[in-house]
Amino acid sequence: MTIHQTSLGRRGFLVSGAAVAGGFSLGFHIPFEDGAAHAQTVKELNAWVVIHPDDKVVIRIARSEMGQGTLTGLCQLVAEELECNWSKVTWEYPTPAENVARNRVWKNFSTGGSRGIRESNQYVREGGAMAREMLIAAAAAQLKAPAAELTASNSVITHKASGKTVTYGAVAAAAAQLEPPKEVKLKDPKDWKIAGKPVKRLDTVDKVTGKQIYGIDLVLPGMLVATVRACPVIGGKLKSFDAAKIEKMPGVKKVVAIDGNAVVVVADTYWNARTALAALPTDWDIGELGKVSSETITQMLTEGLVAQEAFVGNKVGDAKAAIDGAAKKVEAIYSFPYQHHVTMEPMNATARVTADKCEVWCGTQNGEAALAAASEASGLPVAKCDVFKQLLGGGFGRRGRSDYVRQAVLVAKEMPGTPIKLIWSREEDMTHCQYHPITMCKLTGGLDAQGNLVGLRVRISGQSILASLLPGNLVNGMDPATFQGLMASGVEAAYGYNVPNLLIDHAMRNPHITPGFWRGVNVNQNAVYMECFMDELADAAGQDPLAFRMKLLKPKWAAVLKAAADKAGYGKPLPAGHFHGLAQVMGYGSYVAGVAEVSVSADGHLKIHKITAATNCGHVVNPAQIERQVAGSFAYGLSAALYGEITVKDGAVEQTNFDSYNMLRIDEMPKVETVLVPTGDFWGGVGEPTIAVAAPSVLNAIARATGKRVRNLPLMHHELKKGA
Amino acid sequence: MAVLNVNGKALNHNADPRTPLLWVLREQLKLTGTKYGCGIAQCGACTVLIDGVATRSCQVPANSVGNRKVTTIEGLAANGQLNKIQAAWVAVDVPQCGYCQSGMVMAATALLAAKPKPTDADIDAAMTNICRCGTYQQVREAIHAAAKA
Ligand code: FES
Ligand code: FES
Repeated sequence: MTIHQTSLGRRGFLVSGAAVAGGFSLGFHIPFEDGAAHAQTVKELNAWVVIHPDDKVVIRIARSEMGQGTLTGLCQLVAEELECNWSKVTWEYPTPAENVARNRVWKNFSTGGSRGIRESNQYVREGGAMAREMLIAAAAAQLKAPAAELTASNSVITHKASGKTVTYGAVAAAAAQLEPPKEVKLKDPKDWKIAGKPVKRLDTVDKVTGKQIYGIDLVLPGMLVATVRACPVIGGKLKSFDAAKIEKMPGVKKVVAIDGNAVVVVADTYWNARTALAALPTDWDIGELGKVSSETITQMLTEGLVAQEAFVGNKVGDAKAAIDGAAKKVEAIYSFPYQHHVTMEPMNATARVTADKCEVWCGTQNGEAALAAASEASGLPVAKCDVFKQLLGGGFGRRGRSDYVRQAVLVAKEMPGTPIKLIWSREEDMTHCQYHPITMCKLTGGLDAQGNLVGLRVRISGQSILASLLPGNLVNGMDPATFQGLMASGVEAAYGYNVPNLLIDHAMRNPHITPGFWRGVNVNQNAVYMECFMDELADAAGQDPLAFRMKLLKPKWAAVLKAAADKAGYGKPLPAGHFHGLAQVMGYGSYVAGVAEVSVSADGHLKIHKITAATNCGHVVNPAQIERQVAGSFAYGLSAALYGEITVKDGAVEQTNFDSYNMLRIDEMPKVETVLVPTGDFWGGVGEPTIAVAAPSVLNAIARATGKRVRNLPLMHHELKKGA
Repeated sequence: MAVLNVNGKALNHNADPRTPLLWVLREQLKLTGTKYGCGIAQCGACTVLIDGVATRSCQVPANSVGNRKVTTIEGLAANGQLNKIQAAWVAVDVPQCGYCQSGMVMAATALLAAKPKPTDADIDAAMTNICRCGTYQQVREAIHAAAKA
């Protein structure tokens, strides 16, 4: 086994070795116990950049990589300003405890809301630029030439007049001793050479050889494996369990109850733990929650559609009066069900707790929240805890929560000094999520005699994520995030239509099923409601849905919709039986639009042939990765549209695995063509916004193809056959 | 003590004989490239080859394998050289989170062995693995690229 210290010189080491891993390398941090192994560390230039004597560049990344490519994109931004050789770039994660100890020098670790690049681009580029200036200053001393006469490119500093050159590796140690410059000027994006280009990801090879280690793959010396069963009804309690029945089963080491609502079996292997847990008799106290079902939840939300009291999210003029006086009135009720994230890697975390230390290894979208959870569950101060982040086998918002971290630490606390890897079964994962919230929506529109939209009333009824997860973020009881994509103003998720009389409000109705942030969050259902209803209004006005929208849309929203429509050939003849449907939205600081091309056969078979998707995310850092995020967004959004639905019976989630929760596979994946129309005047996110146009563009195309307006997802419940 | 023939080696393990091959590979033989996704043969994350046939190892009891040849993702690269399918995967930059990709590569390996020049319809029929990140478009492209390599 070889031990390499990372350049951070932290309490953790990277272990790679055949001894541990049976012949292939693996990387994870094991605690550093004695002082003996202090390797030579290379001093950093600053928090973001370390350059080794052999020119290797290590870039530190605070956000979590979960497939979205943020790691590569952030490295591109640092490398661009650093003017380093891209082929020498590697990366590493600082730990959350190091961030705390260094006064949060890496700022926000949280990876959600498509924020990685749009919120960190400024300070990571400055980190790269400052490091470059320090390297130039050190080279000036070495070459005895004025810094102003030196240029840096591709990890080499050149003094043109004398023809002398020096590499970054040769001056990095001297540069690391220098004071950083107070200010740096960032490059004009039009001069970018690494950023803005479709460079390959930095994390690919190990993912096609099986070498990539995810949290679930970790092996620590002396480790045991645990698995959990929480009360099947979220919010219910553990009444009793009969550990004696399984204690003699193969490999079982311990059976423990945690948090009063779950039982955990610790064994030598996951398979033995799982087998024993399946045989463990348990009794639950679910109380009144057992009376809740999808039907009762629908009743609760339906009442909210007409309730007197609601939080107002967007108001212009007098919608009621305008609609009452309109020549034509259109009304519809839509709904959007609970969804599950389904990260391909089930939840897991590994923890080791001693009297004065708590260490956690896990995939997390929020390292600092995981650190806080470790501290709280272990009872140790944050300074005695740390979290070693692993690459995530999917996040989609689910791994922003730390419930699984808390559980692993609680179990590890029962067995001090023994590393415990807690793995949730897929069944546990399906039934104990923080689900995409459930909502319904009633929309009423008024058209004048010429078919102009004069008033629009939108009542959302349903669940608030913030009320459940972050009640401190409510504003006078209102959840502003409910109005994502429909907000009156702002750079995050503003409503794009100019409607002279508008009222959008929210009757908050919170069932006990915990809601959470699901990739795209509330933009998803709001775009279904608004974009499908826009088509209904256009139909009522006897107008083309594109022309109808264009009259109402503000410039940036209109431009991206037009870009998608132009590229798709909207309005031009399509193959026989093919139909287009449109949708647009602003979310996560970006403007997106999609045009779906579908056909529905005589026997009702839907085929989504192609999606043309346009994105204005301000700046494009890696067009190849954006293309993949856009295509992936359709796989995710269309899975929800076609199949996604979590239902509730006797208080519990009914779906338990992929046989009862289906997802889109390659045979149903449409061809996705991505059009990038960046305007260069802002920084927008990419990982999420496009999901929201997937369902409405397809629903609108289905309506054109069949005359059937589907208002309740998922599509699998609807018969699209003619005449049915 | 039982023996399995994995990636050309005879490997011993002590697991209960009915333990699914997936968990013997992952926990006894420390071949963690084969992934757990569902445990019920739905997602394909656990795909390995048994005598060349793509098989979902979560539903195969270890004692049913006998002396048939098991190939896992770790067994594809010879002497550190990626095989042409892995190389195509790298060239197309297929993986996002990567968790499903071992299974995808194994399924593609079996497909290309059976049909060296697969059509899109062949790909649709053979590649039933789930990818939540939505790499399907790149998976298709990489299979066609590997077929041409
Ligand atoms: S884990 Fe075997 S098919 Fe999903
Ligand atoms: S790459 Fe993430 S599940 Fe396929």
